[in-house]
Amino acid sequence: MFDWIQHIADWFVYDILNLNKGQHLAEALNFFIYDTTKILILLFVIIFFMGIVNSYFPIDKVKNYLSRNKLYGLEYLMASLFGVVTPFCSCSSVPLFIGFVRGGIPLGVTFAFLITSPLVNEVAIGLFVGLFGLKTTIIYVVSGILLGTISGVILQKLKLESYLTPWVKEVLANAQKDQDTFIAEKQTLNQRLPVIWDEVLKILKGVIPYVIVGIAIGGLMHGYIPEGFFEQYMAKDNLLAVPIATLLAVPMYSNASGILPVAQVLVAKGIPLGTAIAFMMGVVGLSLPEAMLLKKVMTFKLIAIFFGVVTLCIIISGYLFNILL
Amino acid sequence: MSKVIKVLGTGCPKCQSMTRVVKDVISENNIDATLEKVEDIMEIMKYSVMSTPALVIDDVITIKGRIPSKDEVLELLKS
Repeated sequence: MFDWIQHIADWFVYDILNLNKGQHLAEALNFFIYDTTKILILLFVIIFFMGIVNSYFPIDKVKNYLSRNKLYGLEYLMASLFGVVTPFCSCSSVPLFIGFVRGGIPLGVTFAFLITSPLVNEVAIGLFVGLFGLKTTIIYVVSGILLGTISGVILQKLKLESYLTPWVKEVLANAQKDQDTFIAEKQTLNQRLPVIWDEVLKILKGVIPYVIVGIAIGGLMHGYIPEGFFEQYMAKDNLLAVPIATLLAVPMYSNASGILPVAQVLVAKGIPLGTAIAFMMGVVGLSLPEAMLLKKVMTFKLIAIFFGVVTLCIIISGYLFNILL
Repeated sequence: MSKVIKVLGTGCPKCQSMTRVVKDVISENNIDATLEKVEDIMEIMKYSVMSTPALVIDDVITIKGRIPSKDEVLELLKS
């Protein structure tokens, strides 16, 4: 499917730049051009597709749907699925949280959404397909959705309402299954496209530098770290590897675009995929800046419980991956 | 009549670029309007928006969750 990109990379490196095959620099450059082009194309396609889906499921519609429907437990899964198609910006997490609470959506369901939204997003999916292939991507996406769902159910069971900050409790007390007047935009796809197109370009522009730097660092590591280097430290049977990788990752704040290309090289050099995925989920899904933002609506204790439950679920899924893959 | 424009957002990069776009449109077209940046979350929630940045013109939410183009803002301010 991507042979033609390889041809372009070959042509550019060997014919235009006249570098010799087998030369270290030539191979590194070839790898860089091939990888960057392939990933940017995939990112473009997936961001565009998700943009179309999202245009038909704006967040207000999602909220109204979740607050209107009793789904007998399925609402956690639905919230998690909606989290996938909604582009996430950590600065929106607080207004979103309040909006959900005000709409009478249970706390656990809101958490399910909040967990999956950053974890499984269009940029992460695009990079995953490009770097790890379709099969690993599907596993990542499905487990991300399940992780949000299960964490949401657990957090609901813990009855955490009393740990909200006072003003949010007030919002909760006045919560109603209100349907905020939301005027559904009855536009045809053709009318929507310019706006979607604009968004796609903006997102791409935002991530391109990270992708390029990430792939460049990955390319360098590729050349200098010996094959199987990490196996001695992080073998599958090393039970501490997954928790350590996850705990290291949680405070880190990087978008998926920078961290994934590096993680791919780590896997190629011997880190088990499950350990790497746990690490990536920790980086992408939870971060200190997000915790700081959430302080406006949650007490420290609630944030700690929230992060604790999600971290635990990430560690468990890391182990599962290492066993299954 | 002078328009009252508010940009709602907790101060993320997206909100800042929205403010910049609106500012540019106002000054480039000599539009009679006041621009206010609302960063306080309690204040923002009064408008029940769930995705920021949001653009409020004369107390009507016109755009939320994305950065509009200059033309789009100009169009909204004219109507």
